[in-house]
Amino acid sequence: MNAPLTPANITGATRREVVVSATLVGGALLVGCSPGDLLSVGAKTEFGAFGPFIKIGADGAVTVVSKHIEFGQGNHTGLAAIVAEELDADWTKVKVEQAPAIAKVYANTGMGVQGTGGSSAISNSWDQLRKAGASARAMFVEAAANKWSAPVGEISVKDSVVSHAGSAKSATFAELLPDAAKVTPPAAPTLKDPKTFTLIGTDKVRRKDSQAKSDGTARFTQDVHLPDMLVAMVAHAPRFGAKVATFDAAEAKKVPGVVEVYQIPTGVAVVAENTWAAKKGRDALSVTWNEDAAEKRSSATILAQYKDLASGKTPATDKMKWQAFESKGDITKATGDAFEATYDFPFLAHATMEPMNCVAQVSMGKAKLTFGSQIPTVDQLNTAKIVAMLPGAVEIETLFAGGSFGRRANFQSDYVAECVEIAKKVGKDRPVKLVWTREDDMTAGYFRPIVHHTVRVTLDKDGYPASWRHRVVTQSIMKGSPMGEPKLDETAVEGTKGSPYLKATPIVDAQLIQPDVGVPVLWWRSVGATHTAFAMEHTIDQLARKAGKDPVEYRRAIYTKAGANRHLAVLNLAAEKAGWPKAAADGWSRGVAVHESFGSVVAQIAEVKLVDGVPKLGKVITAVDCGTAISPDQIAAQMEGGTCYGLSAALFGQVTLKDGAVEQTNFDTYRVLRNTEAPTVETYIVPSGNAPSGVGEPGTPVIAPAVANAILAMTGQGTTSLPFVKA
Amino acid sequence: MAMTLDVNGKPLAVKAAPDTPLLWVLRDELQLTGTKYGCGVSQCGACTVLVDGQPTRSCVTPIEGLAAAKITTIESLGGAHPVQAAWVKHDVPQCGYCQSGQIMSAVALLAKTPKPTEADIDGAMDGHICRCGTYQRIRAAIKDAAGLTPAAVAPVAPAKV
Repeated sequence: MNAPLTPANITGATRREVVVSATLVGGALLVGCSPGDLLSVGAKTEFGAFGPFIKIGADGAVTVVSKHIEFGQGNHTGLAAIVAEELDADWTKVKVEQAPAIAKVYANTGMGVQGTGGSSAISNSWDQLRKAGASARAMFVEAAANKWSAPVGEISVKDSVVSHAGSAKSATFAELLPDAAKVTPPAAPTLKDPKTFTLIGTDKVRRKDSQAKSDGTARFTQDVHLPDMLVAMVAHAPRFGAKVATFDAAEAKKVPGVVEVYQIPTGVAVVAENTWAAKKGRDALSVTWNEDAAEKRSSATILAQYKDLASGKTPATDKMKWQAFESKGDITKATGDAFEATYDFPFLAHATMEPMNCVAQVSMGKAKLTFGSQIPTVDQLNTAKIVAMLPGAVEIETLFAGGSFGRRANFQSDYVAECVEIAKKVGKDRPVKLVWTREDDMTAGYFRPIVHHTVRVTLDKDGYPASWRHRVVTQSIMKGSPMGEPKLDETAVEGTKGSPYLKATPIVDAQLIQPDVGVPVLWWRSVGATHTAFAMEHTIDQLARKAGKDPVEYRRAIYTKAGANRHLAVLNLAAEKAGWPKAAADGWSRGVAVHESFGSVVAQIAEVKLVDGVPKLGKVITAVDCGTAISPDQIAAQMEGGTCYGLSAALFGQVTLKDGAVEQTNFDTYRVLRNTEAPTVETYIVPSGNAPSGVGEPGTPVIAPAVANAILAMTGQGTTSLPFVKA
Repeated sequence: MAMTLDVNGKPLAVKAAPDTPLLWVLRDELQLTGTKYGCGVSQCGACTVLVDGQPTRSCVTPIEGLAAAKITTIESLGGAHPVQAAWVKHDVPQCGYCQSGQIMSAVALLAKTPKPTEADIDGAMDGHICRCGTYQRIRAAIKDAAGLTPAAVAPVAPAKV
């Protein structure tokens, strides 16, 4: 990266040079040398006077540029509010627009590449956008001070109007814009004292996209219509790892509107003039598959193999070893009566409302993608490999996505690469929209992996854990990471690792083993916490019961011993609001659970009753510590939505494989939570002066153990597998 | 084999084959993309439009039977319809993808039952899936649009230290 590459000399590069460059740039991620710079070669890096995050129009209207995709989390609103607060902009007129893919300026400061994930949109942008807003404000203040010959310290800004009280002068951003744009941005702008915030933390911070999402004008990938655009559908193999053996396109080509049929690496693609023709054409294809390398196990077989590993019946091997992730003391010295439990978790589909899709245009030396890109830098890399370009030169226009929950972020850019392969066949810059049906989406894998936990805990004389042995068996979702595969896959154990319960236990032996399975797996809203929160929180309730103690009191004692003050604070707030330990209404039970994920801690107390053996939820009292609250209403919205997402999986969610083939294909076989099954979630936010932490995911993992604990309180029975409703 | 559909009060000539589901005619041919594809099998409600005032899953409704029908889509509501205003007031949408369908069913519910009971809302809305889990706000917005008092919005503690 010493010789500067510019768009000019890239144009002159040979195809081979470009391929080599792409490989090198890809390799840069592996060795971790400033990928943002390398991956931005060929991209635009000139911005307006106020930098890459703020645009101010001649009318004084402020537009905040979001480097993060909006797929429901409300981050566009939160990010805009951070800028508006420091800039003292008129919030009612602030607009948000989506940033293009330029890793150099729009990298997630916690990832090093441009991407949204890990509930980090607000937290990684907090300092960056405060500075951007404060810097722009300082430029207006200086422009006004110069114009009015007044001291900078006497200038104030409110709602996009700059004033000087002494001279009674004032001017709008629009009026000062030509002068302000010429001011050199301060190197270290002064940030506000959070105590003086007038927007952040108030109910004024409401969603910027509610109108567009209530009148049908919000633009999703599915809605893209470009001149001359083709629509593609792909016939995929029924088993993971299978390849096309032969295909016959004769009948497909007879379908009116079908334009062409191509074999691509992931199957056989039909391109047509419209979606319905593409579907009819795809359905008319005849394809045979080579399944020599396909995964043919059933999910029940995979789980049984996991259990044999955990029990020691199947030994570890040189290639597949147990890895200790928390250990202290000597577990062989653990004595006394032991509590033992196992927990099984199934494959889960993300099942976003908008099935995966993408629009791509490819021509010589040019590639443009228009879709809901969650990790644009990785999508650029994977596209670059297919079309032999520099990743930074791959243009991405990111749209709203109809949910993701992690699905649109994967190392292979699966559906994106598929679309690019088809667009490359079509060529000539002709737009191709790849549409997956619900069935395509649900059977494509990238599931939350099957997980098995085995727990054995001995109690001390007071009834608290004296030793804790924990075994986790699951596939790694970090396999194939362009950032390099980590030594320990933290995503598989986060939440057990770092738990205050382990911190307060003198002897701990916690280990992980990760078998290879030929099913693509992926993070799923709240990732490791989707299972670790259940294993830890349901175990703790069963231990409290064994010790004859109230589950809230039991947790309080352990949190106090572990110094887990934030856990204690959310638990106390939830208990206070729920009136714990007062008895639940007749026929109802209550369950508590607390879990930390993505820097935030959530406690829930859920009202549950059993109706024909099926858990029915009432009110769910939720307390959250997510640091500084930017939009209290959107934090509540994420607690409501996260709870529903977690509850949907806890009650009904499971993908099963029969001889390697996915058995669930649509919402009739993959049951999800509906309106009448949704709880009423009440959210309370712990006041905090800390920097903001995650909100999109931490609301998801707590409800499943809260429900299990309510059932335990009612029936005395522990839950050993999810979902609660098996069929 | 062109036919004419009455969409949002306008007669529109369409070229699609008679067995084509209304959803794809609206989206691809008429470019009325507010109506969404979610499942294709009448399970999720994202494609809901009104046919002669009745909420209808356009993904499983071929256009051949619609020659005499009045079709109403989200685009016809204008953006300031009381149900839409309630949706905005309560910040119902998250990802937003299912909301056109939810709103069309809510509009049909209130047209027929201006003061719906909880059971009426259950009946009208349980066919709609929202994976973001906006269900409690949907319920609150429907009640608000109906002039009923929604359940108290979750009290939120002041975020200031």
